[in-house]
Amino acid sequence: MTKELLKGNIAIAEAAVRAGLEAYFGYPITPQTELLEYLSQRMTELDRVFLQAESEVAAINMVYGAACTGARVMTSSSSPGVSLMQEGMSYIAGSELPCVIVDVMRGGPGLGNILPSQADYFQVTRSAGHGDFHPIVLAPASVQEAIDFVGLAFDLADKYRHMVLLAADGQIGQMMEPAELPPMRPLQKNVPDWALTGAKAREKRVITSLYLKGEEEEAFNLKIQKKLKQIKKNEQRSVEYATEDAELLVIGFGTAGRIAYSAVEAAREKGLRVGLLRPQTLWPFPERRISELADQASGCLVVEMNAGQMVEDVRLAIGGQIPVTFYGRTGGIVPMPDEILAAIEESYSRLQIAV
Amino acid sequence: MDLVMAPPEMQVVYEHPRSLADVPTRYCPGCTHGIAHRLLAEAIDELGLQERAVLVAPVGCSVFAYEYFNVDACQAAHGRAPAMATGLKRMLPENIVITYQGDGDLVSIGAAEIMHVAARGERITTIFINNAIYGMTGGQMAPTTLPGQKTTSSPLGRDTRRTGAPIRMSEVLAQFDGAAYIVRRSLHDVANIRKAKKAILTALKVQMAGLGFSMVELLSSCPTNWGIAPEKALDWIEQNMIPQFPPGDYKVHDAVKTL
Repeated sequence: MTKELLKGNIAIAEAAVRAGLEAYFGYPITPQTELLEYLSQRMTELDRVFLQAESEVAAINMVYGAACTGARVMTSSSSPGVSLMQEGMSYIAGSELPCVIVDVMRGGPGLGNILPSQADYFQVTRSAGHGDFHPIVLAPASVQEAIDFVGLAFDLADKYRHMVLLAADGQIGQMMEPAELPPMRPLQKNVPDWALTGAKAREKRVITSLYLKGEEEEAFNLKIQKKLKQIKKNEQRSVEYATEDAELLVIGFGTAGRIAYSAVEAAREKGLRVGLLRPQTLWPFPERRISELADQASGCLVVEMNAGQMVEDVRLAIGGQIPVTFYGRTGGIVPMPDEILAAIEESYSRLQIAV
Repeated sequence: MDLVMAPPEMQVVYEHPRSLADVPTRYCPGCTHGIAHRLLAEAIDELGLQERAVLVAPVGCSVFAYEYFNVDACQAAHGRAPAMATGLKRMLPENIVITYQGDGDLVSIGAAEIMHVAARGERITTIFINNAIYGMTGGQMAPTTLPGQKTTSSPLGRDTRRTGAPIRMSEVLAQFDGAAYIVRRSLHDVANIRKAKKAILTALKVQMAGLGFSMVELLSSCPTNWGIAPEKALDWIEQNMIPQFPPGDYKVHDAVKTL
């Protein structure tokens, strides 16, 4: 295989096709629309299911219905559209169905704008719908990583019977860069033993999220929590740069993490002992590794394209061991490396480094 | 000595439909959901669809419909059964996908979803129970509540100047090219129940033939929330609902007569 120049949204769409996507339901919204446009042609030529829904509300409920058949199903949207999908996402979680949801985040609140943003960190990790659950959330920082995460997302969704969110931002969706697509995987053949297919020569199957009795609902919740605990144990992912001897640990995800990489490189050139950790999973949050790094570092700087959301998870992971500072831009403004470098120098100057 | 002799040739004239589960329902005494369930189960049996049917239960009194039918089933969010059914049908084109929805579900919160399955000609069948009130939440005004009708959220009677007039959804859906069979029937007496059964059979055949979207609206009673005794509630359908919601065939695809 060779690298091609690919736009993020198109790359995600084609990666999903190659991961065995059987059905896509979506609704146009900037900055993810190319994903829907691309699949409208690609899925049709492969004789797979593509449908433009009348709303994001309908799209996610079509996903809900299609997921009941055990198929690999996906939708994509951007922040305001994901707000509308939260109802269906909660039902999908309450019915333990696998599916993949791509969120190409944009500036908010309200209609906001169509610029890249990470302002929906809380939404995707904390409040993906009513009730007690978290989706698995993957946060790519490049077109290549977005491609790789699509395949991973479908595998994790099937493995845990759980929804997986690909939390990209407008930058990942819109930029073009060289990347390599995986080979085409064959469509899955085996139908899971919970799927609705018509009760032919077997007992009927029911998929529901309704448990009228408190004891039954609690038992179901405990089952979800047990699964989430497993996910938390097995699926924390992050990448690091120059953390071995870092006194200042910089943490950023997605586009912000990628820009922070350049700033950390520049800080190293200036002789500062700075390292970067970039979470690849936002839920489960890579708290184990951050906690370990906090043992050796003297301070932490969190960089986000929001007013400070993931920083709360960093503080929980670090538990007050070392000071945590924050630098963020909002409204769809993407920070420049020199801004982050200045924030690094500022935080570094305040460190109490033991000699 | 045997005093009772079986007649030489016994003939089954009445039996429990296979597609109807032998479980107690949570419906109130006198509610016509039971009749509608039985008609649908009989139609599924008669057409040999039990192994192919996938039922989408709504939010409302019939939320537990998945327990009452012996077919594969799932449970949709309020008003979203048509969207969920779309996802199911697109993945299972050989199956028979049925939504069972009330008037709050279908006409109010799910108005967009039902219109778009009709517009797309989605090959699904909807059984639409219209009892002019929200049942499960305890009798609030629905978009189908009659002018002047008292409910817990229109205690002085529905004032059409402030809350609008009833929506006749069968008439609305008949406007869409994708709708192949849209009819309204009533469950208030035996003759009408028999007509309703025939319509449900036809609606399922429309889906089997892939003609487009099919829906049977059933005028139903809600004695509990109307505050009327069950028998009187049937009269109330005839006297009050039928003038607002006339039974009839609102859209019948040309090919329906060949089914």
